[in-house]
Amino acid sequence: MSEVQGAAADAVTDSGQAPAGGSPGRRLNPSLLVGGAIVAVVVGLALLSYVWTPYAPMRVLPVEPYQTPNAEHWLGTDRLRRDVLTQILVGARTTLFVGFVAVGVAALVGVPLGILAAMSPGWLGQLVMRGNDVLLAFPALLLAIMFAALYGGSTRVAMIAIGIATIPAFARITRSGALGVMRTEYVVAARSAGRSPLGIAVRHVVPNVAGLVIVQASVSFAIAILAEAALAYLGLGTPTGQASWGRMLYEAQTTLRSAPHLALIPGAAIALSVLGFNLFGDGLRDWLDPRLEDR
Amino acid sequence: MSRAGDRTVLAVEGLDVGTGHTPLLHDVSFAIARGERVGLIGESGSGKSLTALAVMGLLGEGLHARGDVRLSGRTPATRNLLEVGEREMARLRGDAVSMVFQEPMTALNPTMRVGAQVAEVMRIHGTRDTAGARARAVELLDQVGLPDPAHLARSYPHELSGGQRQRVVLAIALANDPALLICDEPTTALDVTVQATVLDLVVRGVQEREAAMLFITHDLAVVATVCERVLVMYGGRIVEAGPVGEVFADPRHRYTQGLIGASDLTGEQGRRGRGALPTIPGTVPPAGRFPDGCVFRSRCAHATDECGTPPGWTPRGGADGRGSAPDEAEEQAGSAPGEAGRAAGYACFHPAGDAA
Amino acid sequence: MVLRLLHRAMVFVLSVLAASVLVFAFMRVLPGDPARVALGINASEASVAALREQFGLDRPVVVQYLDWMRGMLTLDPGIEFISKAAIGPQIADRLQVTLILVTTSMIFAVLVAVPVGIWMAVRHRHADGVVMSAASQVGVAIPAFLAGIVLISVFAVRLRWVPSGGWAVPAQDPVGFLQRLVLPSIALAGVQAAVLARYVRSAVLDVLREDYLRTARAKGLRPVQALWRHGLRNAAVPVVTVLGLQLATLLVGAVVIERVFVIPGLGSLLLDSVAQREILTVQTVVMVLVVATLLITFLVDALYLVIDPRLRTGSR
Repeated sequence: MSEVQGAAADAVTDSGQAPAGGSPGRRLNPSLLVGGAIVAVVVGLALLSYVWTPYAPMRVLPVEPYQTPNAEHWLGTDRLRRDVLTQILVGARTTLFVGFVAVGVAALVGVPLGILAAMSPGWLGQLVMRGNDVLLAFPALLLAIMFAALYGGSTRVAMIAIGIATIPAFARITRSGALGVMRTEYVVAARSAGRSPLGIAVRHVVPNVAGLVIVQASVSFAIAILAEAALAYLGLGTPTGQASWGRMLYEAQTTLRSAPHLALIPGAAIALSVLGFNLFGDGLRDWLDPRLEDR
Repeated sequence: MSRAGDRTVLAVEGLDVGTGHTPLLHDVSFAIARGERVGLIGESGSGKSLTALAVMGLLGEGLHARGDVRLSGRTPATRNLLEVGEREMARLRGDAVSMVFQEPMTALNPTMRVGAQVAEVMRIHGTRDTAGARARAVELLDQVGLPDPAHLARSYPHELSGGQRQRVVLAIALANDPALLICDEPTTALDVTVQATVLDLVVRGVQEREAAMLFITHDLAVVATVCERVLVMYGGRIVEAGPVGEVFADPRHRYTQGLIGASDLTGEQGRRGRGALPTIPGTVPPAGRFPDGCVFRSRCAHATDECGTPPGWTPRGGADGRGSAPDEAEEQAGSAPGEAGRAAGYACFHPAGDAA
Repeated sequence: MVLRLLHRAMVFVLSVLAASVLVFAFMRVLPGDPARVALGINASEASVAALREQFGLDRPVVVQYLDWMRGMLTLDPGIEFISKAAIGPQIADRLQVTLILVTTSMIFAVLVAVPVGIWMAVRHRHADGVVMSAASQVGVAIPAFLAGIVLISVFAVRLRWVPSGGWAVPAQDPVGFLQRLVLPSIALAGVQAAVLARYVRSAVLDVLREDYLRTARAKGLRPVQALWRHGLRNAAVPVVTVLGLQLATLLVGAVVIERVFVIPGLGSLLLDSVAQREILTVQTVVMVLVVATLLITFLVDALYLVIDPRLRTGSR
């Protein structure tokens, strides 16, 4: 219903006859709601795992292995007689932790780099962006494999590698946003009033690119989850003995025929979280900038 | 329905356009004869472009048109264009009826040479073969005053200026000698210096072909130089119509009066004093938010309770005073008073010029 | 146009140089001793020193770097620390396998994504378009290795239509080759197709809003004709960028998929070398992958010039 009205407004605008004074309001879109709900569930599960899990994390239980979901073990048990639901809950913690640190590192380095590139138009800005382009040729997985070759696989190596590989995404988006801000009249005014570049960056640029950065963070988070899972699956991330969805998948691969649920459950958890963060990022972008809606 | 002679090219009767809920155009009726140049004026948001797109059958998705639109080009107007399918409508577009858009900078395909874009419209309608279309494209580019047309035909749009691009768009529109040319603010986006030249080319183009023209603009001075008759639109309705000279010298509808007052047309009524620049108070409401009854009453200084019902159509210089009884107005709209009746008149309870 | 190409080529060469320094720095300058890593913590000082000397790891870093670069430029990056096998031929063999896999996946992805993306754009206000769009969003979220595992469990383990993994040389066993190619290619292509379809959708949606498409319809083209003749070439510009980026993603994605399907490609070589601590091999394979990525970026840039005439003269 509102969809059709939106169509009418579009058509009228397209014909060059914008209804004067009618500003498109920010409305909550389904992507934002669904994505937000999924993200909230994942975060909720991770938090829950600190106060309650069905069984002690990673505990080998005196029960049958390879149980399918039942009353005692809602999601069954694995080869090592561990409760799957417990592992999923604790695994959510690992996933979010890796994502949070990786995205945090990337944003902390990438955002200032992007602002620097935008505010210093000379060789420095060029250099930053060229360096950025080179770093872009190193995907998270490749970087992590390289580090793992030297230091062995661990959650920390995975986080750092994913973080470094995500820097270019933040630097790019920040730079393009900051370039727009630098052209606005109030920044031009502030510059001619002799405000220091740092002052301008803090007062004007950062608040204005915050939206873009948050959207990028959500999208990068999804990518980080995928990378972490892949690394754990390859045996280069979270080591055995710690709960990780990717690691669960790896361990389940040998028993695909007899116990497919052991692969499907962590697989679904990964896919659902990635979907959640992707949708949340998309929804957030539309919400922050209604003009881009339904692209 | 009666045709005003064989010379009618476009006849629009009771055209309504809207989404499921929101009416955007209501009871738009007008006709254009062969060789006649008609202006359609009004502020942004009054529905001018929508009218043009409805005639072209190019309304966006979600918009529905009802009413009767007939076009007699090479064939007599036997069918309501709003009822023919897309396939048939496509055969008319670019052939019997064509259109020049407002934004020359974006109207051409950036990845195609301009000569090919002109030739394409002839190829689509089978007017000429490939070689003939290519040669004719160069001729057309020459006709719209482009220098070195043979060379220019091989350029891409981004290599041309706005004025040059608009000439190319005009060449495309005229390529198949249309019976009707619709121009939607063709010079608004151009430099003032090239506006006059392009206008001149448009007028020359339609005169040579004896084509009918519907010219949309908000620039009254342009209407005064280009058109013979004018339709004034507000809130998705035609509120006044008539010969340009008469309407501009003696506007009856309060909206027309306001438009002329706010324009820079010279005239006593346009210059009320140096202090306040005359404008129409308020702004055009967003689509679908126009008041009931007279659409202009929310901005009109003369509005009374009476204006809460839709005013009827009063022929200019016809029966003196008010038209029909207000409550019959809807009925009357349905039974369309005929083009002759609609060619000159207004819809207002308190017309300007009446001794109050 | 030639000037622009030269400029891009120069950027490419400089990027490769910068990347090689970066790779070298990561592997050699950062704390960690390749010889020690290779031999393990329990190796004697003497054997570590011997390995260092044999491979020139005791020379200045710059010399080592130049030596490595010369080795790569002459397509002979040396021999492995432990197995002493020549690295060059191994990479050449493995690269072939990976390229076959990646190319097949890319073709699958494009064949599916382009029509689906166009369909989603044209029907974006209709139920089918919305449903497909939502489905593609779900597709984006499924990692390739998960898709691979599911495909194996259904088509190899349960239905037994194809082997669950391995590789066959096409010239010797064409049927076996195709049987072993199909699942990994689909697994790898799936996510890429979903991502690509979304980009195609948004590119086509953008183009559908363009004035020149309305001009095309005003000329007498029906909507589909207008999109076909005037829209797609313009929509291709942003899609080609994504395609390039995706090809790069596929190269890395292949590393994981090769592990899932036990395919002897570059990725397997990389992971095996990591497991066996063959630092020089790791370093060289990584460099090959990075150069491939940069090369793709360069080619995409060059392709732009062909697609979009506005870029040729530079007056956008």
